[in-house]
Amino acid sequence: MKKSPVTTIVAIGIGAALFFVLGRFVAIPSPVPNTNISTQYGLLAFMAALFGPVAGILIGLIGHALIDFSYGWGIWWSWVIASAVFGGLVGFLCGKLKLDDGEFGTKGIISFNIFQVIGHIIAWGVIAPVLDILMYAEPANKVFLQGLVGGIANIVTTAIIGTILCYAYAASRPKKGSLSKEA
Amino acid sequence: MNSVFCYIDRPSPIHDLTGATKLTCLLLWSFAAMMTYDTRFLAFLPVFSFLLFAFSKIRLKDVSFMIGFTMVFMILNNLLIFLFSPQHGVSLYGTCHELFSLGGRYVVTLEQLFYHLNLVLKYLSTIPIVLLFICTTNPSEFAASLNRIGVKYTVAYSVSLALRYIPDIQREYHEISQAQQARGIEMSKKETLFKRLKSASAILIPLILSSMDRIETISNAMQLRGFGKNKKRTWYMGRPFRTADILSIIVCALLLATAVFLNIRNGSRFWNPFS
Repeated sequence: MKKSPVTTIVAIGIGAALFFVLGRFVAIPSPVPNTNISTQYGLLAFMAALFGPVAGILIGLIGHALIDFSYGWGIWWSWVIASAVFGGLVGFLCGKLKLDDGEFGTKGIISFNIFQVIGHIIAWGVIAPVLDILMYAEPANKVFLQGLVGGIANIVTTAIIGTILCYAYAASRPKKGSLSKEA
Repeated sequence: MNSVFCYIDRPSPIHDLTGATKLTCLLLWSFAAMMTYDTRFLAFLPVFSFLLFAFSKIRLKDVSFMIGFTMVFMILNNLLIFLFSPQHGVSLYGTCHELFSLGGRYVVTLEQLFYHLNLVLKYLSTIPIVLLFICTTNPSEFAASLNRIGVKYTVAYSVSLALRYIPDIQREYHEISQAQQARGIEMSKKETLFKRLKSASAILIPLILSSMDRIETISNAMQLRGFGKNKKRTWYMGRPFRTADILSIIVCALLLATAVFLNIRNGSRFWNPFS
């Protein structure tokens, strides 16, 4: 099903609002003190897989920028851009998943997870730390470790929440070709 | 929405500036603060922004929560940097003035302390101006200003939709979360991490599936009204520029120009008092 550009615009708006609410208010306490597990990347991967790379980039960009704004520390551009890159990559790679046709079997689950791991590795292992060094002149070993820890946590949450979301959404859609003409 | 973004409607010269002006100034200012590590310039910005704060009639207690939050973040970040790279300042400035040792590789140097001073100043020069922007810009005007500074109006409209639906989605999240908790899901520390993630999904699935319906309803309504047909659109909250707007943009552009000039004159992003 081809989506109209208006649907994509609305999806970006609602997606960014969801990203914001999840990132700001749905904090799951983790074993490490003062660190919460961010559930919003599961949502971002799901929305990107459904609405494509442009939606993925903009949901990540707008949602993350709004979270930073609401905390009042200004926009931490390097991490905002990393979120956008992750959304874009997942949207680009997952273009072949047909969630709208109710298809999300074992093959879909495996490829979705491979793509999201690639997206997270590039976003948090490369983009975020490199931009941190270039923009804020922070020490390399600190930013790479931060990226590594954040990236691994995001991979785990995306694997669980993103997969469940894709599965639930696909199950709620009528299967393509599920209706047949009676003879 | 106001509770999240703390827009405070209190007439002042800063409130009178258009949203587009404030957004342009914010961008120019934060690029200026981001680019240079010239301590003299970074020390000037906080003073200037506190002056603006006084102008805007925003009181300290209006923003004390956000300031507290950011301070914690700033201290943690500084500690982390020292923990991971206690000699970062030495490698940046190229000299080494040892002060005292904390054992092992943790030798406190003048260069490291100076680097941390720069970092703190960097926070102090951006935080007040961001708070000022958030507190004095009406969220409804924000989308109009994005469009004004050259962002495509469809994208600006997405931002406006996001701001509009954040309170709705927040409310829906609380309703679903309470309904699911009444059915016995557990999200506190008593459960294992995996169980907690699974219970988060039990809340997220209804929330996101109902949001998908919402997307369809809104986009149908917008299509019926012919959204996206024309190349331009007008904004209810858009306002024309006035002299004060143009003046503020010029001042902020000068700040950015100063930052660029200092970077060129210092030969790098760092101002080095040690050499």
